[in-house]
Amino acid sequence: MDDESHTYPLIRVQDLKVRYGHREVVHGISFDVQKNEIFAIIGPAQSGKSSILKCLNRTLEFIADAKMSGSVEVNGVDVKKVHNVYELRREIGMVAPLPVGLPLSIFDNVAFAPRASGLRDKHELDALVQRCLEQAALWDEVKDRLNSLGTKLSGGQQQRLTIARALSHQPSILCLDEFSIAIDPVTTMRIEDVLKELKAELTVVLVTNLVQQARRLADRTMFVWNGEVVELGPTDAIFSEQPQSQKTYDYVHGIFG
Amino acid sequence: MEQEVLDLPEGAVPGPIKAPGAKPMMHGRKRPVWEIGFEVGLEWLIRLCGISAILFVFGIFAFVFREGAGFLFSGRFSLPKFLFTTEWYPTSMSNIRYGVLALIVGTGSVTILAMAIAVPFGLGAAIFISEFCTGRIKEILKIIIELLAAIPSVVWGFIGISIMNPLIQTVFSVPVGLNVFNGATLLALMSVPIMVSIGEDSLKAVPDSFREAALAMGATRWQTIVRVLLPAAKNGLLAAVLLGIGRAVGETMAVLMATGHAVKIPHSIFDPVRTLTATIAAELGEASVGSDHYQVLFIVGILLFTITFVVNLSADLIVRGVRKG
Amino acid sequence: MFTETQFGKSRRRAELLAKCVLGMMVASMIIPLFLIVGYLVKEAWPLLSLDFLFTNPTGGMRHGGIWSALLGTLYLVTLSLLIAAPIGVLAAVYLNEYARDSWFTRIINLAVVNLAGVPSIVHALFGLGAFVLFAGIGRSILAASLTLAIMTLPVIIASTKEALSAVPISFREACWNVGASRWQTIRGIVLPNSISGILTGVILQVSRAAGETAPIMFTGAVFFKKIEAGNIFAYSIWDQCMALSMHLFTITTQVTDAPRALPFATAVVLLGTVLIVNALSIGLRVYLRSRKKW
Repeated sequence: MDDESHTYPLIRVQDLKVRYGHREVVHGISFDVQKNEIFAIIGPAQSGKSSILKCLNRTLEFIADAKMSGSVEVNGVDVKKVHNVYELRREIGMVAPLPVGLPLSIFDNVAFAPRASGLRDKHELDALVQRCLEQAALWDEVKDRLNSLGTKLSGGQQQRLTIARALSHQPSILCLDEFSIAIDPVTTMRIEDVLKELKAELTVVLVTNLVQQARRLADRTMFVWNGEVVELGPTDAIFSEQPQSQKTYDYVHGIFG
Repeated sequence: MEQEVLDLPEGAVPGPIKAPGAKPMMHGRKRPVWEIGFEVGLEWLIRLCGISAILFVFGIFAFVFREGAGFLFSGRFSLPKFLFTTEWYPTSMSNIRYGVLALIVGTGSVTILAMAIAVPFGLGAAIFISEFCTGRIKEILKIIIELLAAIPSVVWGFIGISIMNPLIQTVFSVPVGLNVFNGATLLALMSVPIMVSIGEDSLKAVPDSFREAALAMGATRWQTIVRVLLPAAKNGLLAAVLLGIGRAVGETMAVLMATGHAVKIPHSIFDPVRTLTATIAAELGEASVGSDHYQVLFIVGILLFTITFVVNLSADLIVRGVRKG
Repeated sequence: MFTETQFGKSRRRAELLAKCVLGMMVASMIIPLFLIVGYLVKEAWPLLSLDFLFTNPTGGMRHGGIWSALLGTLYLVTLSLLIAAPIGVLAAVYLNEYARDSWFTRIINLAVVNLAGVPSIVHALFGLGAFVLFAGIGRSILAASLTLAIMTLPVIIASTKEALSAVPISFREACWNVGASRWQTIRGIVLPNSISGILTGVILQVSRAAGETAPIMFTGAVFFKKIEAGNIFAYSIWDQCMALSMHLFTITTQVTDAPRALPFATAVVLLGTVLIVNALSIGLRVYLRSRKKW
């Protein structure tokens, strides 16, 4: 059983297309993500990177005229056939570009998801909240004021709070969508360290427009441009002097984009 | 996404997802069944409440129609006579006649005069508040206008009788102060707030870049308003006027009390009239349930419903046009 | 150096003139309003006292106070609030949180707008036809409250929708991302952060319902009814009742030889109630705007 599940890629995307109304923004993308790797998706803005993430946990449904086709499998299950979409969303931790502290206390921010999934036990919640905040490297800064509002934290702290919240439902995949866009470089580096540690426990899908961030963190990197995969391979190969595509070379070396 | 995906029940009972070779997705924690059941039930209740507005609008039409239908289809009722004659003698001993033309003209004259007063004042106030006032003064003026809207119509009616009536008698030296002018003034004051708020909204909706562009070319603020803002906001302002008209046509208590009770076509603004709404309010109490008179009053109700429905619908379509454009 | 041309001067004069004219228009609406309110209070002054509120009208409504009318209005407002608030809030939740942008949603919104535009007297006809006669409730506080509730529903829907849509969409997305269902998101984040905005709408409904006359005229309100003074349980919901607005109408138009101060005092109490409740709602809104959590 265990062996068998290892042969499964954790995420398998085949011929994924996303349309908003009549505008197609993702034109048939396929890729696999293996267990316990950091998989980076790079590309200029508006190239469809965020839309791909929204398909993984089916939050694309909340966008009024968005349509998706092709197959997306998470853990070997087609997301379109998932019976309980909440289970699917809990399986994937999602971190949005801008930090979102919910207008609740710091504790409640992290405890929101476990409570929503039915966990009521106070001790279990305490332990879980502490563990998630520790994993997100935020515990030391907030342990004395868990009851103050999450929205009152600084931007960098809120982003780590968001990560703690994404970990709180014990996902096997953590997706980060340009998480460093609104925070300072020091916090960014701290979060990158966090991600390196988390890699032992879960799989990270990292969407970023910072090329060097992908280079620092990712095992494999996919370069998306205009809704199509230009190149997909080990990060070293992408960032080498001779990637398969000239466009990749130009992009990662800052000649365009 | 495909439709069947969207229609998955939101509160579906959780269970591990089964797929060959896949590990179970969640960690075996389950929400209690009663909680999920409660949620599903509640969501149906929310949907029901959501469509309730439709049900109520249809219900209003259906029930008013139901009460009036008996006479409407009885053969004793003739629509042209109803709409185009001025003789309203519902309780006459010898010859009962139901002609509402005088009432329509009554409603029309009060409404038109009210609009003649309210449109310049309402839109003027909207322009003044939106373009010439800032900060605290703007807030205070808006609050006062809002409080103006809150005054109950029966209080307006009382003001019409106790203050406007003697005032009109002395100022214009006319014998009766309860007339078209009195009612129209009250209606104007009552419909100004809605015109101000919708008008101000539509002026606010004109992008600031328009203002800046005009001012940068050396236009004064007034020129900007006349040449740029008013044309750009014209649909919204039109909708504001229509909503004001809707309010004025449907108003009951104030006109019941302040316009005098004379079923006749007015010849001057100092003639007393009676409106459609006032007629229902004044006579429904005396008409015995199920009688012709009673049913005719419901037919007048249908007429009122139709008029205001059309007016509000056009206002809404115009506003929607603004949002799209 | 810049020198102003003759043309420039006349343009500036036109602007000043426009500002003055518009300002005077606003003033000409607002100043008489204060004069009117002042006049009402002045005329009512001799009668205004707590006694006036808590004694019953006597002598064919020519003397005494307004207790039975005040209590009737309290019953009508409370009951209509209990009916309209849940329906209105849930309807707004549906429109803002569940409904997609489709033709069906547009029709619902259109229905709300039209419901707000239906003349009050037509609501009265509806209440009479549907609740009093068809449902067989008879003329009663219940039938009148149901009519009032439907009439004031759009007020609650509109302000609740506004309060809900003020909660940023990113909060909802954050909740959906962690696997919360729609209702858990609404219950956990959306409602707690809009409850005070919803409250302002509910208060507004109260003020609206308290002032309405036409819808209750034929559905439950009567000219005169004798009840025990000072007993707040004097009505049952199956009774007909007096109401403040109806009472003002009655003593103004039907009782011609009432002392002059009586209708004025009644009007001042009614107006005062409505304006105070409204000011509460506005105050709450202003206060909330000044302390946002995000």
